[in-house]
Amino acid sequence: MSAQRRYDRLWGAIPVVAVLALWELVTRLDFVPGGTFFPPFSAVVLELYDLAVTGVLAQNFLPSLRRVLIGLAGGAVAGILVGTAMGWSKSVGSTLGPIISLLYPIPALGWLPLLMIWIGINELLPVAVIFICSFFPICYTTATGIKSVDRRYVQAARTLGSSDTRVLTTVVLPLALPDIFTGLRLEAGMAWRVIIAAEMVAIPTGIGALLMRGESLLRVDTIIACLLVLSVMCFCFERFFILVEHRITEHWR
Amino acid sequence: MPRVELRNIRNFVCQGVDLEILPGELLVLLGPNGAGKTTLLNVIAGLVGYEGSVRFDGASVDAVPAHERRVGYVFQDLVLFPHLDVMSNVAYGLRAGRRSRHEVDERVKELFELLAISHLAGRYPAKLSGGEKQRVALARALAPHPRILLLDEPFSSLDEQTSRFLRAELRQLQRDLGTTTVIVTHDLTEAHEVADRIAVVQDGVVEQIGVYEELLCSPRSQKVAEYLGSPNLLECLATRSLGHGLVEAVCGRLQVVVPHSGKAIRRVVVLPRDVLITLPRPQSEVNVFQGTVRKVTPRTGTMLTHVDVGGSELVAEMPTALFESMRLQQGSEVFVELRLMKLTADS
Repeated sequence: MSAQRRYDRLWGAIPVVAVLALWELVTRLDFVPGGTFFPPFSAVVLELYDLAVTGVLAQNFLPSLRRVLIGLAGGAVAGILVGTAMGWSKSVGSTLGPIISLLYPIPALGWLPLLMIWIGINELLPVAVIFICSFFPICYTTATGIKSVDRRYVQAARTLGSSDTRVLTTVVLPLALPDIFTGLRLEAGMAWRVIIAAEMVAIPTGIGALLMRGESLLRVDTIIACLLVLSVMCFCFERFFILVEHRITEHWR
Repeated sequence: MPRVELRNIRNFVCQGVDLEILPGELLVLLGPNGAGKTTLLNVIAGLVGYEGSVRFDGASVDAVPAHERRVGYVFQDLVLFPHLDVMSNVAYGLRAGRRSRHEVDERVKELFELLAISHLAGRYPAKLSGGEKQRVALARALAPHPRILLLDEPFSSLDEQTSRFLRAELRQLQRDLGTTTVIVTHDLTEAHEVADRIAVVQDGVVEQIGVYEELLCSPRSQKVAEYLGSPNLLECLATRSLGHGLVEAVCGRLQVVVPHSGKAIRRVVVLPRDVLITLPRPQSEVNVFQGTVRKVTPRTGTMLTHVDVGGSELVAEMPTALFESMRLQQGSEVFVELRLMKLTADS
């Protein structure tokens, strides 16, 4: 890592540390009205530690992680396949385009009541919600990415003897990767936000369910600890896709 | 190498183009922007729809899709695949043709040596200079042994020095390989330097086709003459060889030295933009004449200055700013220099 990047990261960490210090200070000095319901940062860290060592965190975090991974992977694969077909083939695009455009704006949680009736309250429900939450945006960004590849690259590949399939796999898809990764990155974070909401509403296990238990027991430290886990997971998933995209495209972008 | 024939090609730009490209020749399509030059290349490559017929060696390729026509195409912006390194760009067409790895490696190595780009193998297009990209694009187009090579304004994005160097190199390469080649340009000098024949394309039709001298001396229409720049034509009365590829031609009362070897010269041709006007006497010993400005015709950005030189009229085209800075007017005494390497002998 270059000195400049180290400096940038250090500089970026300063506001975070400052906010945490301020949080600790104002809660310790009782500057917050109704301070009982606003524990200091150190209390939240201790609660997080307790949840970890007692195994409660793992019991709730791992099911959430599993649901996100399965739902996101399924939504991403389906979204990329359908989006590629829509972007590459005019007939597929004009057939599926209006349907996707109509369904895309529906919020993922809007599907929840319908899915609860269709699927029931079981392990498939949160996976289906995440699948839907990921599918439409990834499909949309993939189709946009495929369509926005400069047609001259396609023409160049054709004059070099490339069949349609080969043009798609060796030229168009690689050049659409930045757009595809934008969709994946945004939806990776969104998947965590959606799973928490789904678990809060309908599923008895997971970080969302733990969060709701904290609420019913008035354990604000538990609630904030769960939100911290959510925040860190969103950040890690998004960074993962940024990293992968950077590794793939760093040579030519 | 095939003979390429275009018969009555019509589409959204072309208005009935007939064109024959001889085996192994380098034909330049010359014309203004929007004339239909690039569209003609795309027709040959099978990249756009058209009515009419395209034939390679007498066989129609109208039903043959672009990826089966075996045409090498260097696009105006080169269109190197940005996600592939130079090695993979050059090998792309060979891999598409399912050649064995050994064949691919051999051919790529051969082209790397031919175009002196071996040192670029692992680099990506974003890290290449304009000239390097040009060579890589040419290597990529040549790799699958195309039947015909098409180049769309290949030198337009390069500086003059690099462009001149690459033009000479391309000309030599084309002669060595003998590949039938079509180049699109709007630059007459560029066309003159590389072409076996030049086809003037205007408003979707081929107005005239011939060698450079033929076009300059005998433009078929006023439109062609105006596009080429209405050259000065000096009728020769006598010629005398000076050796070293130079001839002294007596044109009226002017004695003009012309690069030429072979048959006697009928006319000396020089474009107005290659006639230089100066107030002090130029240092050159040859082709410098004293004259009087007779008429001035303003054009967009340039001035056509008609100078009487020993009873002959020479027209010079110069930038308006330069004209104004010299404060030229009717009756001004000036020196006229004809640039030796820009003179064309019509025999």
